Amino acid sequence: MLNGVTVPTAIPGTQPEFHFPPYVSSIARSPRMPLVLLPETLSERAGPVFGRGLIRVNDNDLTAQHESQPLGERIFVHGRVLDEGGRPVRGALVEVWQANAAGRYRHKVDGHDAPLDPNFSGAGRMLTDDEGRYWFKTIKPGAYPWNNHDNAWRPAHIHFSLFGAGILSRLVTQMYFPGDPLQPLDPIFNSIPDEGARNRLISSLDMTRAQPHYALAYAFDIVLRGRDDTPFEETRR
Amino acid sequence: MTESGSLVPSSSQTVGPYFRIGLKPLDRRPAEAHETSARTVEIRGKVLDGGGLPVPDAMLEFWGANSSGIYAGAASEPSGCPAGFHRVATDDAGSFSLTTLKPGPVPAGAGTQAPHLVVLVFARGLLRNLVTRVYFSDEPANAADLVLSQVPEDRRRTIIASANSHNSSLFHWSVILQGKDETAFFAW
Repeated sequence: MLNGVTVPTAIPGTQPEFHFPPYVSSIARSPRMPLVLLPETLSERAGPVFGRGLIRVNDNDLTAQHESQPLGERIFVHGRVLDEGGRPVRGALVEVWQANAAGRYRHKVDGHDAPLDPNFSGAGRMLTDDEGRYWFKTIKPGAYPWNNHDNAWRPAHIHFSLFGAGILSRLVTQMYFPGDPLQPLDPIFNSIPDEGARNRLISSLDMTRAQPHYALAYAFDIVLRGRDDTPFEETRR
Repeated sequence: MTESGSLVPSSSQTVGPYFRIGLKPLDRRPAEAHETSARTVEIRGKVLDGGGLPVPDAMLEFWGANSSGIYAGAASEPSGCPAGFHRVATDDAGSFSLTTLKPGPVPAGAGTQAPHLVVLVFARGLLRNLVTRVYFSDEPANAADLVLSQVPEDRRRTIIASANSHNSSLFHWSVILQGKDETAFFAW
């Protein structure tokens, strides 16, 4: 009926395994039974397409969501969302969340003894433009301690959530910063076996987009699963 | 690069414990859906780990067709959220509740699939999201469903929500991340 087409699985080494003991929380929460091959049907090819109604003023300016500016180093983050064929993913919903400059999340279970910033919520939301581009303004998040192992610290990161074409193109990931000495020590970052794939989660300093006397900029491109098979040529990178 | 002109999909990382900051509930209430023939159903359950403990920091995303088996196109209504998409988080007891319109049979080749929702599972401790489906116990079409038939017979019940014996619009279904009653998850 469906010619035996199954959903393609990840390229080996480029995605973390569910069970990765150095990340202690994965031990009791990872499935152990074999995953079932999924025939590709309309349900997998379809996916939610979000609209402008979801986006409010200043959703992409995390420094302008309160009365005053948050403390910390102001930065721009920008990039492109592409599919596996290198084509831009247009209108993709991008949601981001992060700790403040002191390494504290505005969340009831974050018990880190670092100050909250009344001028920083740490959440943003945007849709990509026709070239698959997104951008937002924020402050650079701080590193913070966690309970995974003795004296464990997460490297600075911003959480990203994305929807592409089709529900299986869904991706939640984290963006890291270049030159952070905590990355080699972090079990979450190191859960990705392939070094190249791991390093693609590290943003790059982008002086072409830094604004003199105002803010540095970091570039972070994201590739979502699937490809748009429309038969015309798009710019590839 | 895997092949000419091909990019490698970016790697997944866990949503972590603080996802509620950025991943707010997304939901379009059934009342907005203008589907008079549709039937509202509620699915209630828990997310449990390998030790049987509730997972209070899990997020489930559900994606379903309408009662005619059609998936929503681009969201045009003011909410910006397409019909049939729901994002819910578990509470402190690991419980969740979803109210949605029961989907109809979805086309597949020359036939149809039994009514179902695609479910994505996210949590602290999950380095990638899990993919599964939930079916409904009151559907005879489950017996011939092409995706359910891929699941080993003794595990099919793990992705079929059971109708409440007193309330036919209430279904019970839990996500078991690990162990002997582990939910059937799909490779992707």
